[in-house]
Formats: sequence, structure tokens, C-alpha cells
Amino acid sequence: MKTTLDKVVIKFAGDSGDGMQLAGTLFTDTTANLGNQIATFPDYPSEIRAPQGTVAGVSGFQVHFGTAGVHSIGDAPDVLIAMNPAALKANLINLKSKCTIIVDGDSFSKKTIEKAGFETNPLEDGSLGDYQVIEAPVTSLTKTSIADLGLDNKSVIRCKNMFALGMVFWLFNEPLEQTIDFFNQKFGKKPLIAQANITVLKTGHNFAETIEAFTTSYVVPPAKKAPGTYRNITGNESTAWGLMAAAKKANRDLFLGTYPITPATDILHELTKHKWSGVKIFQAEDEIAGVCSAIGASFAGDLAVTTTSGPGMALKTEAIGLAIMAELPLVIVNVQRGGPSTGLPTKTEQSDLSQALFGRNGDSPAVVIAASSPASCFDWAFEACRIAVEHMTPVILLTESYIANGAEPWKVKLLDELKEICPNTCNNVEEWAPYKRNAETLARKWVTPGTPGYEHRIGGLEKEDETGNVSYMPLNHEKMIQLRDEKVAKVAVDIPLQRVKGKDANKLLVIGWGGQFGILFGAVNEMQQDGKNIAFTHFNYINPLPQNTKQVFEKFERIIVCELNNGQFANYLQAQFPEFKFERYNKMQGLPFQIKELKEQFNQLLED
Amino acid sequence: METETIQCALKPKEYGSDQEVKWCPGCGDYGVLSAVQKTLSELNIPKEDATFISGIGCSSRFPYYMGCYGFHTIHGRAAGIATGTKIANPNLSVWMASGDGDSLAIGGNHFIHAVRRNIDINLLLFNNEIYGLTKGQYSPTSEKGKVTKSSPHGTVEEPFNPGELALGANSQFFARVVDTDVKMMVEVFKQAEQHKGFAVVEILQNCVIFNDKTHGIITGKETKADHQLFLRHGEPMLFGAEKNKGIRLNGLRLEVVTLGENGITEADILVHDAENKDKTLQYMLTQLKHPDFPVALGVIRGATAVTYDDALHAQRDDEMANSKFASLDDLFLSGNTFKVE
Ligand code: SF4
Repeated sequence: MKTTLDKVVIKFAGDSGDGMQLAGTLFTDTTANLGNQIATFPDYPSEIRAPQGTVAGVSGFQVHFGTAGVHSIGDAPDVLIAMNPAALKANLINLKSKCTIIVDGDSFSKKTIEKAGFETNPLEDGSLGDYQVIEAPVTSLTKTSIADLGLDNKSVIRCKNMFALGMVFWLFNEPLEQTIDFFNQKFGKKPLIAQANITVLKTGHNFAETIEAFTTSYVVPPAKKAPGTYRNITGNESTAWGLMAAAKKANRDLFLGTYPITPATDILHELTKHKWSGVKIFQAEDEIAGVCSAIGASFAGDLAVTTTSGPGMALKTEAIGLAIMAELPLVIVNVQRGGPSTGLPTKTEQSDLSQALFGRNGDSPAVVIAASSPASCFDWAFEACRIAVEHMTPVILLTESYIANGAEPWKVKLLDELKEICPNTCNNVEEWAPYKRNAETLARKWVTPGTPGYEHRIGGLEKEDETGNVSYMPLNHEKMIQLRDEKVAKVAVDIPLQRVKGKDANKLLVIGWGGQFGILFGAVNEMQQDGKNIAFTHFNYINPLPQNTKQVFEKFERIIVCELNNGQFANYLQAQFPEFKFERYNKMQGLPFQIKELKEQFNQLLED
Repeated sequence: METETIQCALKPKEYGSDQEVKWCPGCGDYGVLSAVQKTLSELNIPKEDATFISGIGCSSRFPYYMGCYGFHTIHGRAAGIATGTKIANPNLSVWMASGDGDSLAIGGNHFIHAVRRNIDINLLLFNNEIYGLTKGQYSPTSEKGKVTKSSPHGTVEEPFNPGELALGANSQFFARVVDTDVKMMVEVFKQAEQHKGFAVVEILQNCVIFNDKTHGIITGKETKADHQLFLRHGEPMLFGAEKNKGIRLNGLRLEVVTLGENGITEADILVHDAENKDKTLQYMLTQLKHPDFPVALGVIRGATAVTYDDALHAQRDDEMANSKFASLDDLFLSGNTFKVE
């Protein structure tokens, strides 16, 4: 029997050595190829070497896929694969009722059950009564199926994840070929390892087919997607690619000056693979040197970027102030994580917004924008570069762990489909002065060392209007503060208007920003389908805000700002638009929103 | 050194800017400014290619007084900024102007790493052993016990010797000059510029206001001959008004000897080897100090090594020449893609 479903959430969970990330990724690749909508998120343990078999050491990979309506990684799994008692324990707090749980029965011993923090064996004590539990002898069948290959025990055990994956492929009627190809390619030089993985994968598949435990298997039909070429991509990868694309369109070399920090480091890892495209990479001695090198490269004419997360951002603030004073293009990518201080390095949060907006000495405005989803990081990274170069200003791009590590299909954009980026250069020395501005944008010209006739000095001391000479004159200082402010404000002319989903609504407006887009959109969408008087507007341009922001707010009786922090965007809006009341829905658990909790909250507001 | 006639496209003054120089009258920085302008002129460096990057401090005003490209940045961070500039455009002649506070206190981390990487930048390290701009606090090179505004009872900490620190960080070029001797500065600055790699030139600079004559014994008219050991590669380490004193290696230690005394001849005197990859002797030379020794000046170490910028660009060029992708489009369409019709 085959049942058709429109969307499903699967979570692969096991010990950090159990290969759950690989199983999840391979499942995602096949599913994406079948044309489903898809969103994924890896959930790593915070400690690299948390003790085996404990809840702290559980690594997970969540996949949400479907025909329509996949806007997020999904609130809770429909199917959980738990490779040991700890993986079961860690996920029991968040499962859908009627969830299917596949466990490795071999992994449940008195010792492992205790280590996971269960008092009694959950497979026997009836506590899993609400769920459909499939107990599979994963470890033992893995061992017997490849016993004749003569591999060492460690290599054998490493194949366990493929047994689970084989079962899941059967459950969703997905083909094994792509995974088989993957192993043949990856282990071309170690054919035994490839063969072992493939055998175990098939064994798991056959096991699922043979046992009677599954009453049905499922089919998730492909989504209706715009025609084109797609690929699965994480937010950090697409950020890197967006930066590379922008450099090509601006006809400048891309320079990355950075220092490793979780969860931003994958942008460095990705860019460093692509020196072939002309990227220059400088891994600095610290965060400060990272941003400073980028400022130096920008001074010399490269499209310069630094990448970091909150604590690193704190270290960079003085240098960002310098870039504001020097009026140089600079892109600062902050992949947010839980703060303050070292906080929750591997968890998601949106709590660096105030820091991005205000975290510098003096009146020092910078453009702040935020990406919505893993694939959209490409566009927002590109846009950050465009604004920086055309408006001669630092631009802070906020992404967050949830979308940086999460993945979804990206409709490939070729270079021809992207806008040109026009650096604000100068080719008439007669009309030139270091701080002479473009009348429309107020951007000064970008003339770089090595250009004869334009020799000039810039720096962090206050500049005299036009000449850029050092000036301590009172009125000049005031004027320059206003000019820098206006320059950033004028970016608003160059960005699209704010859009609203649900134009006919007038009761409740839901406001979101940054990487929680999918979940918020999904929640409002579902409520709109239920006929609720609710609308949604999502901000990517934070400073400056789109020009029609006020008009968007005016229509609604109530406005609620939803964010993963203690109300930073709400505070910001409240200060700019005191005439409206911004209610807040804040979550500060290191976790993304859930559609369920949002809907509860919104329904309550609609009923009040 | 013989004076040679050099054809210069620009005169030294033409490397200056229209800005009024605002160092205190008598400040040692003036001498450095004119020596740098002379150096650029004699090396015929195009004005647009010389780029001066500084941090914060009196000496960090330097870029404003040059007519070249310049960037007066933030405290301690000139090395980071200069590194980005040099990587972005390796054709530039990049100079840093920085003081003992800027490079050895707040910017100490960047200093050692710039040295370690050996990126092709010239660092003019103005060492006046005091904080001038903030009006007279001790610096990381102030001698122990120094009484300053922030150490009225004398400092209780040991100073850095910039030479030791640089060589400890594996510097390939370390030189020392005095701000009173423009000819010496020009000779050494030229070598720094011609050296491929991170060239540290410690300038014993006088802050006439807050630490006057701190290097007085080394620079004073009467005392300098006995207190300056000017080193040139391949020449014997002789000093003194009569050039009759020299440095000899005795066991594992250096010592001062006098020619003609106790049978000492020139053959006993060490011949300076700045290019030696082994820095043991050069390291010992950085440590020579009053009262037992003259201070070593000139290029103490000038060894050849691959520069960071060359290596970075060579790797990148290689990747660019041998890529399996012709453009980003190829990358975007590579690997696991799927088509929706
Ligand atoms: S305070 Fe000292 S170092 Fe600064 S300009 Fe005056 S004399 Fe020179």
C-alpha cells in the first residue's frame, strides 16, 4: 500500500560518530532530485567530543520535504531515526503525535539506556505508546550483511547509517541509485568500503520491505517549481557564491580577510576552494586584523569582505567605524549565534541586530541587511556588495546559524542574469576631490593607490567636507555627521518597496526579519488559508528601512514583531515609528520558531 | 658611502604634501620625513605607487605629510590594513609609520604576525620610548624604573627590545637607525624598500617634549662615535672616532676590543653578515647596549626568504591557470544539480 503525503519531516539522530549528517545529506540529495521542495538543518552537538551515548553527544539532521508548503525545516519530525537510546531521549521532547520512530534495537542495553538518562527501557515500559515504533536490528544486520568482506570492526560499524537510510528510502519509495553512485565515486580507490556501504544500504531497504512492521509506504509527489536548474545549497555556501558573483559583476577582485569562528567559518572554507575564480584569502591573526585587512584591500580597490559571528563582530567595531569615516566599501557578514559573550556557539539567534545598528562609537551609520533563507543568502550577499560599492559604505549582512547551516534548493542564477555593479570611480581629475560626492547618492569616489594624479590621504580623523583634509572645525563636524547619515539614508531610494503578503487583511500584521522568514511565512500562510484576517511583512532591509514602511503599518489594528531575541527589531521600529504599537513575540532558546507556537500566538491576538 | 649622482624624476620635496607639518619643533620625526622623501626620490618610486599607512600616535601623522596615497588608520592596526592593501595590489610600495605604543603595545599581535608572514611592507618603527600623543605615559620600550606621568614611582616592568622581538618572530629584515642622521636613514631605508619581505626599521627617535634625549648618549655629538656601531654587510664591525674599536666573538659572547691592544688586529674583528639565514649572531647584535657596548645600527639582518604576498599570489595564479572551471557559471552548474522543465 502506498499513501500520498504532501509534506514530511524526517530527523536522523545518532551519536556524533554515527554518520547522521551523511545519511541526511544523501537523503536530501535524492529527494531534491525528485523535485520536492526541501529544507534541511543539521543539529550538531555543542561539544566536539561529548561523551558517546549521552544526550550531549547527539548529532541530528532534519529534513523537511514536500509537494508544497515547505517554508522551514518543520516544527517536529514525522519520522525519527534514533540510532541509540540517547538519540531517542534527545528528540522525545519534540515529536509529532503518531510519529514513526525507527530505532536500532541492538543499541538498547542496560548500560546505554542508563547513559541516555532513561530510568527504564522506553521500548518496553509503554512510554512510547503514542508512536509507531519500529525496532530494527540495525547493528547486527549490518555486521552479518558484510561479514564476508573482511573489513575491520570499526569500518563495519560505520556503515550502520546506510542501513537506516535504506529503510527510509523504502519508506518513501525513493530510488537508491544516486546514493550508490555517490559511494562508487567517493570510494573509487577503496572499492571495499564502497561495496560495504552499498550492501548495507540495500540490506536496510530489503529489511523494510520484508518486515510487516510498516503498514504502508509513502509517496511525496514533486513540487511545482519554476523551470530551471536547481541545486541544494547551504546558506554559508550561497553567501560565498553570492560574494564571488558580485565581484565578477563589479569587475573587482574579491578579497576575504577573516578569522575562523562558528558558525561563519564555512564561508571561509567555501571561498578558499575558489581561488581559481580570483578570490584572495587572508586568514588573519585575529578578528581585528581580519576586518582591517579587508579595509586595506578596499582602499586598494578590491571588493573586500570580512566574515564573523557576534563575538568577532564586537572586536571589529572600531575598524568598522574607520571604514565609515573613510567611506570605503566593505561587506561585513555576521552569521549570528546565541549570545551574549561566547553564548551558544552552535545555536541560532537573531540577537546581534542592535550591535549591527548601533555597536560603534560616535554617530556611525552603516547599512544593515539580513538574508531570509539558505538560498537567498546568495542574493543578499550580492546585494550587500552592490550597495557597498555603489554607495561607498560598509554594509553589514546578517545571516544566522539556522539558515547558514540549513540547506534548500537554489535555482541557479547565471552571471548574465545578475545586475551589473558599478563602482563609483572617477576619471576626471579636474572634477575630483577625495570627499566630493555624487549628488544623488552622496557617495564619494573610489580612487585607489597606484592611480597617478589622484594621490590623497584618508583616515579616521574627522574630514573636511570635499577636501578630506583633517578638520576639527565645529560646524564641519556637524555637517559631516549629517552627510554620512544622509548617505546611508539615501540607500532607501535604491531598494525595493516593502511588500505585504495578505493585502486585504487589516487586523493583525506579523513582522519578521532575517532568517526566520520561512517559518513565519508558513505560519501566516496556513492561517490565511483558514480565512484569518492576518498579513505578513518581512524585512531584509533594516537600515535604511524601505521608504513605504510607515504606509505598510498604517492599515493594521495590531502589529506583532517576531524575532529570536529580546525585542531588538521591535525596539528599533518603536523608536522610528512611535505612532504605532509594536507587540512582541520573542524566542530566546537557541532554536528557530515553530509554526505551531506562532499560530497559537497569532490566534490569541486575533481573538483578544 | 660614496655620494653618487642619481637621476631622479621627482625631487624629495615633490613627495611632500600641502599640509602643514604639525609635529613639535625639534621633534625627531622631521628628520625621518625628509629621509623618506629623499629615499623615494633616489629610488625613483612613482608618487602614486608609494602608499603610507599608519596607526595612531605622533608618528602616525606621517601619511598626511607625504603627497602619496596614505591612510591614517586606528590604533595598532596599521599592519592589518597595510597587509590587505599589499595583497590587493602587490605592485604598490607599501610603508607603515608606527610608534612603539602603536606597534608593540596595542598592535603587538599584528606586529609579530606581519613579521612572521614576511609580507613585503616597510615598517618605520618610531621608537621614542614614550607615549607622546597622550602626553607622556610609559611605553613598552620605556626602560625599567622610568618615571613618567603614569609611573610616578617608576615603572616595574621590563621593556621590549624591538630587535629581539622581531628576530624572535622570525624577522628577515631588521635595521636600526638614529633620527639625527638623515644620510644613515636614507641608506637604510633604501635597503628596506629594496628588500623583499617585511622590513622593520627601528628609528631611535627623540621626543623633545616628553622624553628628551632618551637616546642622547647614542646620538649626542660627543658620545655618538663610541656608542654607534654602524653595520654594513661584509664589513668589519668597527666603531669609535678613530674606527679603532671593534666587536669580537669570544666563546659565545660578544666583546668590545681595541685594535692594537693585546695583539688585536682587524683579523680578530667580526665581519658583519646580515644575509646569514642563521640569526644567532644578528640576535646578539640587537642586544648590544650602553654602557658595555655601542648600539648596533644599520641593517642587522637582511636575509632573503619567500614573501607572503608572492606565495599567496603564486598559489592563486596557479589555481587560476589550472582550474577545471572556466567561469562561475560552470561552478554553479557543476555537481549535483537537477532540472525542472
Ligand atoms: S610629542 Fe614628542 S613625539 Fe610627539 S610630536 Fe612632539 S616631540 Fe614629536
